[in-house]
Amino acid sequence: MVIAIASGKGGTGKTTVAANLAFMLDDAQVIDCDVEEPNAHLFLKPVMNTKETAGLPVPVVDESLCTGCGRCGEVCQYSAIVVIQKKVMVFHELCHGCGACAYFCPEKAIREEEREIGIIESGTAGGLSFVHGILNIGEPMAPPLIRKVKERIERGRTVIIDAPPGTSCPVVETVRDADFCVLVTEPTPFGLNDLELAVEMVRKLGIPMGVVINSCTIGDSGVREYCEREGIPVLMSMPWDRRIAEQYSSGMLMLRNLREYREHYGSLITNIRAELSRDETAHCHQR
Amino acid sequence: MKLCVTSTGPSLESMMDPRFGRCIYFIIVEPDSMQFEAVENDASGAAGGAGVQSAKAVADSGAGVVITGNVGPKAYQALSAAGIAIVTGAEGVSVKEAVQNYLSGKYRPVAGATVQAHSGLGG
Repeated sequence: MVIAIASGKGGTGKTTVAANLAFMLDDAQVIDCDVEEPNAHLFLKPVMNTKETAGLPVPVVDESLCTGCGRCGEVCQYSAIVVIQKKVMVFHELCHGCGACAYFCPEKAIREEEREIGIIESGTAGGLSFVHGILNIGEPMAPPLIRKVKERIERGRTVIIDAPPGTSCPVVETVRDADFCVLVTEPTPFGLNDLELAVEMVRKLGIPMGVVINSCTIGDSGVREYCEREGIPVLMSMPWDRRIAEQYSSGMLMLRNLREYREHYGSLITNIRAELSRDETAHCHQR
Repeated sequence: MKLCVTSTGPSLESMMDPRFGRCIYFIIVEPDSMQFEAVENDASGAAGGAGVQSAKAVADSGAGVVITGNVGPKAYQALSAAGIAIVTGAEGVSVKEAVQNYLSGKYRPVAGATVQAHSGLGG
């Protein structure tokens, strides 16, 4: 069971939910896919035991074989390779590593070379196993690194994925293929606006989902009303509590010290499982 | 030599577009006769690589000079490789005035990018 923790709006508590959910599950695998700013390790404090570099295959052109036909530029969707006046130019920072240029080159003048884009570290934290990716500073290509981080998913286990914020390519790459998506939000107009975008994204990906409302004792009722209207289950509502923020800002795992909230996370797990079995039943009926 | 002016519309009277990669039209002008051709910029709304695609479009049009407001690093690199002179600083004038200003020496060719990547997006 792979559960992705995502949100439209940043700073609503994705990592808090992911880390504390993992803490409650105890034997889960935690994958931090927010490769531009991974931070789940700050709370789970894993002992890392492997570190590998991750690369992206980028084209290298043998100009002695290139006839300047321009086929590579036609098939590239990202303008990473272009032929201007018979001269081929490669822009590595635009390349997504799809390999189309090399595949379609009629002269076989293009080979692919790995360009390092980041590192992947893995380790353990108690009964949890932990993996995260760290994108090189200034590197724009997050999705290929996220794909490589996700190759480490152990499908037989309960896997908690901490997603980047927003609804752009890195988030889609993170959330796709998950069995369930938890969208974390806050009860404000900003939270609602970005939640609606995230819901649209998850629906397109065809993944069952539910919402977690953090700081539910402040703000307005917009998020709750929206969820009711759209038939999206609210899986957990956490009150606003200064102590939670204090735990977070000192790098502490909230549930370790604020035991009274363990019940909330217990119901979160129960609710996710209920949604998953409901979804399975629905699928069986469709068949 | 044909000139290319980045433009917001398809005629000589249109306001020129100070963005290179994400301009709406390229107006390719023959300066002696002021005969022109409007080429729609397919890369205007591209997710990425607009500068590179635009440079290719200008090179394919046969223009030897680009008159625009600003140019980013990848577009600069691609245009230079194609041997196209890049003239920046044009803004707030029509395409026709931009051509006249260029011909009277008001704009100067640049030796590098004048803005960072992605400057033509948003704002």
